[in-house]
Amino acid sequence: MQTKKIINDGNRAVDEMLEGILAAHPRHLKSADGSPRSIIARDGPRPGKVGLVIGGGSGHEPTFLGFVGKGLADAAAIGNVFASPPPDPILECAKAVSGGAGVLFMYGNYAGDVMNFDMAAEMAAMDDIEVRTVLTTDDVASAPHDQRHKRRGVAGNFFIFKAAGAACDRMLSLNEVERIARKANDHTFTMGVALSPCSLPQTRRPNFEIGADEMEIGMGIHGEPGIARAKLKTADEITDEMLDKIFAEMAPSRGDKVAVLVNSLGSTPLMELYIMNRRIRQRLDAIGVSIHATWVGNYCTSLEMAGASVTLMHLDGELQTMLDHPCDCAMFRAG
Amino acid sequence: MTIDAADLKRMFDAIAVAIEADKDRLCQLDGVIGDADHGIAMALGFGAVRDALASLDLATTEPTTLLNMAAKSFLNAVGASSGPLYATAFMRGAAAVKGKATLAAGDVIAIVQAMAQGIKDRGKAEIGEKTMIDAWLPAAEAAAAANLAGKNLAQSLEAALAAAERGAEATKDMIAAKGRSSRLGERSLGHMDPGAASAVTVIGAMTVSLG
Repeated sequence: MQTKKIINDGNRAVDEMLEGILAAHPRHLKSADGSPRSIIARDGPRPGKVGLVIGGGSGHEPTFLGFVGKGLADAAAIGNVFASPPPDPILECAKAVSGGAGVLFMYGNYAGDVMNFDMAAEMAAMDDIEVRTVLTTDDVASAPHDQRHKRRGVAGNFFIFKAAGAACDRMLSLNEVERIARKANDHTFTMGVALSPCSLPQTRRPNFEIGADEMEIGMGIHGEPGIARAKLKTADEITDEMLDKIFAEMAPSRGDKVAVLVNSLGSTPLMELYIMNRRIRQRLDAIGVSIHATWVGNYCTSLEMAGASVTLMHLDGELQTMLDHPCDCAMFRAG
Repeated sequence: MTIDAADLKRMFDAIAVAIEADKDRLCQLDGVIGDADHGIAMALGFGAVRDALASLDLATTEPTTLLNMAAKSFLNAVGASSGPLYATAFMRGAAAVKGKATLAAGDVIAIVQAMAQGIKDRGKAEIGEKTMIDAWLPAAEAAAAANLAGKNLAQSLEAALAAAERGAEATKDMIAAKGRSSRLGERSLGHMDPGAASAVTVIGAMTVSLG
């Protein structure tokens, strides 16, 4: 049986969504001339500023294009559902936001994205635009600690993009922006749990099977299998399991500060996210780690998947400054 | 026999039909170890190629031009992983027969070899890593060996198809080392790689169409 969705045509879903987003956020967003899948910030790109281009597959809204705006990303290249954009819209983003100080590409570490963004970077170089790339690899579940470079980028994108976007907005050099982006990635740790599958608009079929009483710890934001199937546990038990993994890597000390993101994968409601956040607060209090800022809601979704992720960013003074830096995007505001 | 642009267009039309018919199976294979969109991406890509080639004046089009057009239309419709991989394959195929108005059997084999090498270079995958390379490389080698042994084009392509089928089957016993399923470790065992499965479908359609 097909899943229920409010769509017209699965093959048109991404473009119709973009039309709706541009209609809703005309102050913040526009598409590049002749390239409707290149979404550009109306305010942000300017001479002398490093341009930040993010992007990836659709289906994760508000990631990526919701984080386009002054103080955060200058542009987002939009792919089909769960599929990297091809090089052309990425290149158009780079051209649109290049202010002569270089362009930084940031996106989650997936083979398809790497190939398409690398091709776009080669094409941009031919137009004399210097492009650097920082991949996000915050998903603790997706590879062992000593293979961090193999990990996926998931909801922690939000913190990492935010820090890099702030560095760009403060007119730092490409070298400095790249350094801060890499540091932000190194300091960001995410664990997810999935309870029920999502379905692509084109197939309207659940993209994996999971028992009515099961959960999957570590599942990726495209429904990629995680590290373990288990019986569904309580919110506190699930949150503890996720935090234990994160703490083991982050190695927080008493007196440290973190930023917290509790993210819905799509259909898990705020009620459940806040129940998880309550437990996160208890656990951090218990080890003497203070919370500088907390965000709870839909930040990096996987269509209508049920489940959630927890991200901690281990702050130092510089990263805290970057998180506090004001931004004004279509779907996110700070400061 | 020789192959011209009209034959290559018919080949791409045949691939588009075969992939469309195989779309659901490919999505299901991908759902088990990936993100369930492989059939969609492949159907979208070859559908875009079919549409782009429909506008060509085949009488005045060289195979290289047609293959480059196929590459560009596939890439821009798809993105994803299969976009750069197949676009690179077709561009390398185009370069392998540059300047030729029609193709002899050896030229078609050269295209197949260039395609496999292009996919390998772009994706940086090796044999045994559970990717489409496990079908494409043995297929290209089998085609070249058959051609060298004096087989005709149909027989060479049939050898390629048989090798691709064996290669795809062998991916069931592999632990993924590249691509999205590589984070699964041993949980990827027992499942055919969807990229290898679609490679068999593509090579099968090429074999029927050109052989």
